[in-house]
Amino acid sequence: MTTTLTPTTGATDKEPGRLRRPKAARAGGTLHAGPLAYAVLVLFSIGSLFPLVWTAIAASRDNNRLAETPPPFWFGSNLAHNLNVAWNDANLGKAFVNTTFVAGVSAGTIVFLSTIAGFAFAKLRFKGRNAMMLIVIGTMMVPPQLSIIPLYMMVAKLDWTDQLQAVILPSLVSAFGVFFMRQYLMQALPDEIIEAARVDGASSWRVVWHVVFPAARPAMAVLGMLMFVQTWNDFLWPFLVLTQNGNPTVQVAVSALGRGYTPDQSLIMAGALLGTLPLLLVFAIFGKQIVGGIMQGAVKG
Amino acid sequence: MATRHDTAAPLAKEGGAAPARPEVVRTTDERRRARMSRRWQRDMRWSPYAFVSPFFLLFVAFGLFPLIYTGWASLHTVELTAPTDMKWAGLHNYTRIFDDDFFWNAAKNTLTMGIISTVPQLAMAMGLAHILNYKLRASTFFRVVMLAPYATSIAAASLVFVLLFGRDYGMINWALHFVGGGHIDWQNDKWPSQIAVSSIVVWRWTGYNALIYLAAMQAVPQDLYESAALDGANRWQQFFHVTLPQLRPTILFTCVVSTIGASQLFGEPLMFDANKGASGGAEHQFQTLGLYLYEQGWVNQHLGRASAIAWTMFLILIVIGIVNYVISRRLRESS
Repeated sequence: MTTTLTPTTGATDKEPGRLRRPKAARAGGTLHAGPLAYAVLVLFSIGSLFPLVWTAIAASRDNNRLAETPPPFWFGSNLAHNLNVAWNDANLGKAFVNTTFVAGVSAGTIVFLSTIAGFAFAKLRFKGRNAMMLIVIGTMMVPPQLSIIPLYMMVAKLDWTDQLQAVILPSLVSAFGVFFMRQYLMQALPDEIIEAARVDGASSWRVVWHVVFPAARPAMAVLGMLMFVQTWNDFLWPFLVLTQNGNPTVQVAVSALGRGYTPDQSLIMAGALLGTLPLLLVFAIFGKQIVGGIMQGAVKG
Repeated sequence: MATRHDTAAPLAKEGGAAPARPEVVRTTDERRRARMSRRWQRDMRWSPYAFVSPFFLLFVAFGLFPLIYTGWASLHTVELTAPTDMKWAGLHNYTRIFDDDFFWNAAKNTLTMGIISTVPQLAMAMGLAHILNYKLRASTFFRVVMLAPYATSIAAASLVFVLLFGRDYGMINWALHFVGGGHIDWQNDKWPSQIAVSSIVVWRWTGYNALIYLAAMQAVPQDLYESAALDGANRWQQFFHVTLPQLRPTILFTCVVSTIGASQLFGEPLMFDANKGASGGAEHQFQTLGLYLYEQGWVNQHLGRASAIAWTMFLILIVIGIVNYVISRRLRESS
């Protein structure tokens, strides 16, 4: 179970064996990286991190210092003040509570529904299974922009504008989640365990509860994190339904900071920093698992 | 009463005192068992559907129904102020947008920005994945760092890039100044602004795609490289004749996903606009179809027209999907 979930360690496990192969055969995954490879990687890492670090630098300056040449390269002393003002201006406290709630409910529901559906597709036999799975994969191809207009009409009719359920409801379903859990359970859950539970007289629900959920827990955690990140960063739909800025998600609140005629850039950067920080923290802590999860979802994709 | 009659049942039958009793016990037991087995069968038969039905119910409600309804709405005149008041308009919305220069401008921008964001992104991702596939120190560290932009939101990333691409005090013009360039008006000139917006996309997604390629590379069977090496293929030849063909399905997958993503480009150009409007710059120089849809629907309040744009985008995607499929089919047959 664990080996399938951590391809990164899985790859290193194989290395001693690979090393013994003849030198000519070592290309493609076994050759030691040269200095050039490290140089490229370091360069890309700087490129990846620089905008993030610079957000923090800009957020720690005052607005005038940003309008000078050369631009600031090191931290100033205004960070606490800017964070404080941005927090209050953008209604970020409420936005954080809202976004955490939205992302938590969405991620939780997606994980639960994807696990039971993925289990059915992976392990149960029923009529129309293959056709249904094809439909699930097909739905991944439908762009969300096609549905926003009727969804907006629905929300308007229900008088849900500016309310969180308008954001949550359309994000409760994820074809990727079903696909991801199916791939995981096909290999992580031996048929014998399910049969054994059946022989003991367990109903399908008991099998799900006592066999599938424990077996799927690592994949559920990864899927949960991926979906949390995705919902947290969702922009288009919340931007359309949460129009009044009285009840924003973090992305809507941060985007609203850039408006106005003479925007204070360091304040905007402080807001952007606050909006990004929670997820960067999640990445700092669970980065390895998230990387593993994305790679695992990719191999069989 | 409390004794277990089922074990004593045969004996009890011979005695005359209470002949019926064990019978009753057995039949309830049987009935119970029959009921259990019926429930069992029902469970086996229907629970798979119960497990997949929430997905399909939600999909019908929030995916399929809106998809069809958008098509229906595109044949009507609908205003944002009264979304339920629909007047039949036939194909008027379609002819109306096809006659609109801004539509073609947006379509062209979407295409060019799709190319300048997707091609470098996937090419760099492939290169990165190839490097990450070597034996590396701190490989996990590099992977996580490269994925960090994926954790940032469109809103935050776009705001930062607006500053970095600033004309007078931006970091990028300042750096270009040393190589003799500089003073590019990244927000107002057509190509610079499109490159700038695309760079946000490239920045956010390159690492993610690199991981997907890396995963696919690690799944390539080792003996293919061995036999290629025995045939005298050098590293470049191995990459082109073993790695790339083996990765073809993954490459196709990322192409399709990136194409869909590029066709929907919305948040980045919206946030990159100095006026924060939906026009994509003062002269619509980087207005995408997504922005044009938003402008028609939510700024000009013509939801019917916006629906027609959405369906046109969908049809274009279907065409791209079919072309993709045909090309991959040809490639497979030719090799």
